[in-house]
Amino acid sequence: MSARRLRMIALEALRILLLGAGAVVMLAPFVWMVATSLKSPSEIFAAGFSLWPEDFNAYANYARAFTEVPMLRFLLNGVIVCTGILFFQIVTAVPCAYALAKLGFRGGTIVFGMVLVGLMIPSHVPAIPLYLAFANLGLLNTYWALIIPSAVSVFAIFLFRQFFRSVPDDLINAARVDGLSEFSIVWRIVVPTAWPAITAFSIFSVVANWNDLFWPLIVLTDTALATPPLGILFFRDQEAGSDYGALMAGTTIITAPLVIVFLLAQRRFIEGITLSGVKG
Amino acid sequence: MADPAPAISAVPAKQVLKQAAPRNEPSGGKARLRDRLAGIALATPATALMLALLIGPTLAVGFLSLTDWGFGARSFAFIGLDNYAEMAGDPVFRRSLINTLVYVGVVMPVSVALALAVALLIQGGRFGRTFFRTAYFLPVASTLVAMATVWQFMLHPNLGLVNEMLRLVGLAGPNWLTDRGLVLFTLAGIGIWETIGYNMILFLAGLMAIPGHLYEAAEVDGAHRPLDKFLTVTWPMLGPTTLFVIVITAIRSFRVFESVAVLTQGGPGNASQVLLFTMYRESFVYFRAGYGAALTIVFLAFILILTLIQIRVIDRRVHYA
Repeated sequence: MSARRLRMIALEALRILLLGAGAVVMLAPFVWMVATSLKSPSEIFAAGFSLWPEDFNAYANYARAFTEVPMLRFLLNGVIVCTGILFFQIVTAVPCAYALAKLGFRGGTIVFGMVLVGLMIPSHVPAIPLYLAFANLGLLNTYWALIIPSAVSVFAIFLFRQFFRSVPDDLINAARVDGLSEFSIVWRIVVPTAWPAITAFSIFSVVANWNDLFWPLIVLTDTALATPPLGILFFRDQEAGSDYGALMAGTTIITAPLVIVFLLAQRRFIEGITLSGVKG
Repeated sequence: MADPAPAISAVPAKQVLKQAAPRNEPSGGKARLRDRLAGIALATPATALMLALLIGPTLAVGFLSLTDWGFGARSFAFIGLDNYAEMAGDPVFRRSLINTLVYVGVVMPVSVALALAVALLIQGGRFGRTFFRTAYFLPVASTLVAMATVWQFMLHPNLGLVNEMLRLVGLAGPNWLTDRGLVLFTLAGIGIWETIGYNMILFLAGLMAIPGHLYEAAEVDGAHRPLDKFLTVTWPMLGPTTLFVIVITAIRSFRVFESVAVLTQGGPGNASQVLLFTMYRESFVYFRAGYGAALTIVFLAFILILTLIQIRVIDRRVHYA
């Protein structure tokens, strides 16, 4: 074996050692979370370090996580809120983006200017007036209070407009000659060409809203409506206390959906999340 | 992975602004009129919602910040800049602003440097690329509130894994989340853990965009060692990406909220009070809407400054590339 080849192998070993050490730190919380969710209380409180449970207590832990708080309800709330928000965001952004990209209309420049200004405003900024409005309408502690503030996404309008601009004008003109209304052109001709953008945005939107704590914390006090992050806080503060096995079972349940989607569709997932060069 | 670069970052802001008016003006007065009416009809729902949910409330926040209004109060008085004057003398606000800047000042350089190192190491060999990329990205893909709860358990002074490990090597671990001098850095550590994967992806995209022939040319010119190649090709070519990642990380970490809300509530004392959490507490726990609005405006001002820097950086990045 030549000296050069030996050096290559040494360098590769060093690379794997460094990356491996870092990966242990990155993955430790996940491994420890799942390991603890399988352990009995006596083992969790015992001194010393063991990864694999000696007496397997997973059933009791997960059963408590599902029964002491409405864990399935939290997940369902998350699904309802994320789906609702995504539905409104797509339904409002797609036609607007098409109009901005392909139709000249009075005020288009102003609308696009609003989109660009909106991109710079974090979602926390309008919180006080929105809270006031929902309180006055008697809508606090409803799904609407969670969904409506995110019903329009300036980021979606911006992104879709970029995509729609590359749809050939000939395609649209041909559809017009065939007698399609602009409304049908949007949904039947333009949208099918923009699936990559819509998929990426959908992942971005669902991840952001599934994980959001700020707004649910403001408008919800009703445990039954809690989104997953708020639900895990309720569980920690009211039920679990120092019942770490059940608490870690709960965090595993809340984290699992997104992590599973990520592991199954890594490339799309990463594209969706890192889309947020502007908004994050 | 072909091109995981953020779609937006590839678009120079000036160019976008120039494109504002659509190119294709359909010919014929009738068609044009039909287009215009359709345009207005299609853009109206989104525009109305933008005004009602984003632009309007943001202007309202600016107005509220000039009043003494509190939630539930029947009347309010216009008090000019008194809220901002109060802020200047408010030790909690000063603490939270300094803490936020310290937090950004730790998370930004460390997470950018580590992410660059990870990206270079992943790119630098064949073995385990996909595995390591997945491992480092996993924190980004998980629910931060849940993982912060896990960190709380791991950092428990007696039961926690971290201090357990320290005991194994004979060290007494500190109270990570209740020590005044330490708590902010503990939160910054969690912030770094959460941010590395995101930045790593941006760096990997930047690395993949470097043309291979540049390395061949450098080799011909005598750069054989990895370090030489890094200094002559990789680092100069990666400069714009690095600037971009730095600014993005500053903006993201300036918004730190979840870990504080879950782990410390700004405590102990006000040792981990940060801007967004102070704004939340004044507005929605103490119901001081006027003062909360003024805090919101300060928060927005910082974000706007960072965003304007970001837009300039994007313009330069495209100029280089």
